[in-house]
Amino acid sequence: MQVLYLLIEAIVKCVVVFACLMLSVAYLTWLERKVLGHIQIRFGPNRCGPFGLLQPFSDGIKAFFKEDLVPGKADKAVFVLSPMIAIISAIALFAVIPFGNEFKIPGTDWVVKLRIADVDIGLLYIFGVASLGEFGIVLGGWSSGNKYGLTGSLRAAAQMISYEVALGITIIGVIILSQSLRLTDIINQQAGGFWNWNIWYQPVAFILYIICGLAEINRTPFDMPESESELACGFNIEYSSMKFALFFMAEYAHMITMGAVAVTLFWGGWQAPLPQLDFIPGIVWFCGKLFIFCFFFIWQRGTFPRLRYDQIMKFGWKILFPLALINLLITALVVSLKG
Amino acid sequence: MIVPLLKGLAFTLGRFFSRPITIQYPEQKVPPAKRWRGIQYFEKDEKGQLKCVACGLCMAVCPSQCISIVTAENEQGRRYPLTYELDALRCIFCGYCEEACPVNAIFVGKNYEWVARERAPFLMNTEKLLDQKKYNP
Repeated sequence: MQVLYLLIEAIVKCVVVFACLMLSVAYLTWLERKVLGHIQIRFGPNRCGPFGLLQPFSDGIKAFFKEDLVPGKADKAVFVLSPMIAIISAIALFAVIPFGNEFKIPGTDWVVKLRIADVDIGLLYIFGVASLGEFGIVLGGWSSGNKYGLTGSLRAAAQMISYEVALGITIIGVIILSQSLRLTDIINQQAGGFWNWNIWYQPVAFILYIICGLAEINRTPFDMPESESELACGFNIEYSSMKFALFFMAEYAHMITMGAVAVTLFWGGWQAPLPQLDFIPGIVWFCGKLFIFCFFFIWQRGTFPRLRYDQIMKFGWKILFPLALINLLITALVVSLKG
Repeated sequence: MIVPLLKGLAFTLGRFFSRPITIQYPEQKVPPAKRWRGIQYFEKDEKGQLKCVACGLCMAVCPSQCISIVTAENEQGRRYPLTYELDALRCIFCGYCEEACPVNAIFVGKNYEWVARERAPFLMNTEKLLDQKKYNP
């Protein structure tokens, strides 16, 4: 009976998290268009429903009924597979993110933990699966048999390698502090107010994480794989209909996950910023912090121009990588000296 | 290196909280310019009669020859247009008809919203030209 309850709990959590993630992906596209619009002193979508709130669904229906083309010269199996890789890895990332504290279902002594899986190697899992998502982009551009797609995927591959190194080294600083790869442990260590958050102990790592994370999810200052102006949308140039929509959803889901990992590692996850505010459920704090990150990702997209390809490579290897190394060395030194 | 980036972020945040300058067209309209030449309209005199005396000057002056008039005379000996046709698809909205008119019967108006699925509605006659008056108070 216990096993059955566990199974039901797991399935319910999976379905709820999946639905919430997909809904927030849909509304993140709406938010992005709205915020970009207001940054450019216009309204953004406001025709479909009040404040354009039905726009994501109208876009979804449109994408669903578009013609699904596969180019004749494309490698069909890989071409179909790569959007799936992208979306699966983006969704699978959310499996280990703790988005709230545990709570007791009233009337029973059944404790529900607000996370799908509490893995010992949560952080390692996140970085493994996140780099799997890049394969979707690389393979998608390569298999479509288009020169722009190929160039885009080559850039994606180069960018992935150079920024993942810095990202990984950046994270090691946090791991040294928390002595654990389990995300719940990392969050529990940051309990008791915002002065305990890792951002105060690892400010450089936080900034480096944001920059590398933007490069990792191919967002605007680093959106080399799909630079619209030079590559005419890059890796997804031959994709249409639902396959394109899958890439699109994967990009936004990835953005949410990057924000969620940043919240978990640096902003104390679902912990309240002040101990007096603990009565508000952790999931509210988590969503609020996540919203700040998502807003920042969109806000900086409306601000910064795209870097050139060689600038990105130079920035990654000559600035971010040494900075991450120095940060790691200093953190290790301080932690070992303090015992 | 960091300061210009932060300046940019502050600038866009300021823009984000400013009011959009978009004019939401079908609901809000920009009034046309003072000398805007749109679709023509007919004026009536104080007795409610058509002012036009069918002299044919507008027909003569029209560079794109889009006006054609058939003249008639009523019992009082006053000339009036039996048919007045203005092919708005050929009209170039130069406003010469308004300038040429000796009795101030035809004017170029302010209306610029004019959509139809066939050609027939663009062929103006006396009634339609009188009807256009409602867009030009």
